[in-house]
Amino acid sequence: MANAETDLKDLGVRGESDFLPDGWELVCGLEVHTELKTKTKLFCGCANVFGAQANTNVCPTCLGLPGSLPVLNERALEIAAMIGLALSAKVQASIFHRKNYFYPDMPKDFQISQYDIPLNADGYLILPSGKRIGIERAHVEEDTGKITHLGGASGRIHGAERALIDYNRSGVPLVEIVSRPDIASPEEAREYVSELRSTLVAIGASDGKMEEGSLRVDANVSVRPIGETPFRTRCEIKNLNSLRSLVRAITFEAHRQVAAYLAGEKVTQQTRHWDESAGRTVALRNKEEAEDYRYFPEPDLVPLRPSEEWIEGLRSQLGELPKERRARLVESLGLTDTNDQIETAISVELYPFARSALAAGLDPKITVARCANELASLAPLDESFEISWFVELLRMETNGEVSATQAKSILAEVAKNLISPKAAQERLGFSQLTDDQLTKTINEAILQNPKEWERFRTGEAQLQGFFVGKIMKATSGKADGKAVVRILLATAEQR
Amino acid sequence: MSEMTNMSAFEIAESVNNQTVTATSVVEKSLALAEALNSKLNAFLAIDREGALRAAAKVDSIIASGGSPGRLAGVPIALKDNMCKVGLPTTCGSRILQGWIPPYDATVTKLLESEGAIIVGKTNLDEFAMGSSTENSAYGPTLNPVDLTRVPGGSSGGSASSVAAGIVPVALGSDTGGSIRQPASLCGVVGVKPTYGRVSRYGLVAFASSLDQIGPFSSSVMDSALTLEVIAGFDLKDSTSYDEQMGSLSAQKGLSVEGLRVGMVTEFVEGSDLEVVSALRDAANALTSLGADVVEISIPETKLGLSAYYLIAPAEASSNLARFDGVRFGLRVEGSNIEETNVLTRTKGFGAEVKRRIMLGTYALSSGYYDAYYAKAQQVRTLIKSGFERAYQQVDVLISPVSPTTAFKLGEKSLDPLAMYLSDVCTIPSNLAGHPAMSMPYALDSKGLPIGVQILAPALREDLMFRLAFALEGSSTGAPSLDDSIKEAINRG
Ligand SMILES: [Zn+2]
Repeated sequence: MANAETDLKDLGVRGESDFLPDGWELVCGLEVHTELKTKTKLFCGCANVFGAQANTNVCPTCLGLPGSLPVLNERALEIAAMIGLALSAKVQASIFHRKNYFYPDMPKDFQISQYDIPLNADGYLILPSGKRIGIERAHVEEDTGKITHLGGASGRIHGAERALIDYNRSGVPLVEIVSRPDIASPEEAREYVSELRSTLVAIGASDGKMEEGSLRVDANVSVRPIGETPFRTRCEIKNLNSLRSLVRAITFEAHRQVAAYLAGEKVTQQTRHWDESAGRTVALRNKEEAEDYRYFPEPDLVPLRPSEEWIEGLRSQLGELPKERRARLVESLGLTDTNDQIETAISVELYPFARSALAAGLDPKITVARCANELASLAPLDESFEISWFVELLRMETNGEVSATQAKSILAEVAKNLISPKAAQERLGFSQLTDDQLTKTINEAILQNPKEWERFRTGEAQLQGFFVGKIMKATSGKADGKAVVRILLATAEQR
Repeated sequence: MSEMTNMSAFEIAESVNNQTVTATSVVEKSLALAEALNSKLNAFLAIDREGALRAAAKVDSIIASGGSPGRLAGVPIALKDNMCKVGLPTTCGSRILQGWIPPYDATVTKLLESEGAIIVGKTNLDEFAMGSSTENSAYGPTLNPVDLTRVPGGSSGGSASSVAAGIVPVALGSDTGGSIRQPASLCGVVGVKPTYGRVSRYGLVAFASSLDQIGPFSSSVMDSALTLEVIAGFDLKDSTSYDEQMGSLSAQKGLSVEGLRVGMVTEFVEGSDLEVVSALRDAANALTSLGADVVEISIPETKLGLSAYYLIAPAEASSNLARFDGVRFGLRVEGSNIEETNVLTRTKGFGAEVKRRIMLGTYALSSGYYDAYYAKAQQVRTLIKSGFERAYQQVDVLISPVSPTTAFKLGEKSLDPLAMYLSDVCTIPSNLAGHPAMSMPYALDSKGLPIGVQILAPALREDLMFRLAFALEGSSTGAPSLDDSIKEAINRG
């Protein structure tokens, strides 16, 4: 009989939808918290930045000092509503509530959140596999400070000798996106978080960095025999810091629950902690110990009543969603499926460049490659970096005015000095050689290397690189490789 | 000296701006009186001699260089000790905040100082503004300068007492269920609770956020008008503040009340002492003789006010006061873990009345009770508001008693919370409705104790309220005679 605390290593198949013993299925819903990419915090003017010196981005409001009051950051609300729109949710009139509980990382000892009437309700996300995952709600709330426990063995609050609190994160805007229990496998959970992450990054809502905690996931996991309609008891798993942890934790937890049922035991409703190194979930607290949060409407804030114009304005700001962006690039490249280059090129920062270059009728392959490789490596791009510069450079490259190598150098120069590609080309001394000049250089190379030329001319194709190298050297790299090959081949034909 | 300290804020500002007196001399007298009387009244928790004189010198130097320091130039003002001013402790009358010095100014502090007012000190209050007698302060009770055996009312008892004793012409208080109006009535001064949202609450330590409102105390109606004109207005830092402009209040002085329809609220008259009712009838007669049209009007919903209030206010308080946990500021009683530190700190730091209300509020919000208590109380609140709105279709303003009784003896009600809660039965409904209301000293009872008349107006109609107050000022019996020992101390000064 299976042990309810079986180690993950013994579980065999992982992640796939048939990962559970025959006759059992997973029922999983995810709660994803995303920090919003705003300049300032949700209820005060403090900077919202990661990694600043502890307790430097704080004020009376985010420290919860007596007498301070919250004032809603309008940009945070806009981004939150854009998340709702991107998830096809209903953006609705809503209010803030106070969620009351004592914890030292929460300076007011209550969190301003949304409760029964969230900003966004009832949406969905279509996964690349085509599966539709329902979104119950996506609501706005403030983040807590960050506690570091010192001393003691566990690194947790109990047993620690001392705790240090950094309130820089206190009051950072969060949106909590709660899915319906539509996720049927650990792999699907990964796919969901990954697609959600692309969506959030695509609309500029989040930087999507799980490792910095700007995207945090809790999983609600239960299992049931296939064919059974009611849900069985679920457990909430915390501390899922990567997609890998997510898959492993859900896999472990589902197996643990099936094993318990098979052993005739009950599963109790619990909050469980994922222990990454041990590869198992451990009970944190039972439902009976759960706090009564004494929610009530936040009296210091006024109700939110988003107007139609406001919502439509945000919808027009949204632009194409990742799904549409991906489809556009896949189609223009003549592919049937996405690839890594496409996934990079659809990000919020790069996609406008790709979109404009394609609209200008430029080569899709070069466009996507330059976006996903060179442009991505130059990010974050300065705000005054003009999209038209990128389009112009691709046009120069496509026309053969500059070589691919030169195009890359020019792009770096453009990003560094914020000048047009023409100006960068001049500054770098990349004036393209004419065919006549190239032919002359090629003829000189032939005269100096008659034996090699004879071998190349009579079919030793591998010597092409030899001649291209000679000509590049002779022209200090200014020659367009493609043009050199074209003239080389034509000359070989003639002789 | 008493002449100068009895100058109104209006007169002081005029004289300082005209250079007939210096701000420094005015402030010096106010400080001397505060220091002389505080051992008797315990009205101040902090007197800022150094800061006040520095600010006064600044006002004088602005005048000397031909500048204009503002509408309240050189006016000494006291702040209830639940409003923040950089550099001065804010205790809220609680042990839990002992020694806490806010690093920021309340919006009202900034506004007053920007008009040249001088903050001379912080006044005593019932702990976290919870009470009606100022006996709930952790720093001892404040006494009523009219009769030192009696309470000044509360929770803004220190502010009322300091104005009544002539220490300052103006003080600020906060009113959550009557905490400005009731002490004003018991001490014989003017006290105004503006429309909810009229004055920014930024920097006012919250008791019940949806009810709290800052307002002035003063000897004259004009001084309250002037002060409210300075502190009213939209504040980016308070989302619940109004951006509607308030009409001039001082301009209401001398305007006729002829034809004004005044309703006397039956329900507030019913439970009040005979002498209190008789003073109200005198006021009604005075208004009639000035041409107003006074009628009796019933607003039965207001009877539900007290019970709704004692669910909503404690519920919000239970949440607002959670932050006093020993982690970041104020008192900290170290336990063996964080929960124990929270519990020990709060057990030692809060007084009985605060604990009682936290318990009550926590219960009212608990799952399973929310609908029956908090949600129900909010429905009652809506009812009360619509009751007032119905009344305001028939009349322009309302009048009523402020407090059912005059000032009571120290200790008389402190052991009976329910009797104490009844002190606010006439004032609470305005807080629930968010409407403006004020207390106007009008008469004295047979013991020489002050009796106030409450004037209530529709939301944002402070102008009408003040027009009536200015009209009544003429027939008021004037300031009560102060307790002999206070008179003596003043004369000695
Ligand atoms: Zn802040």
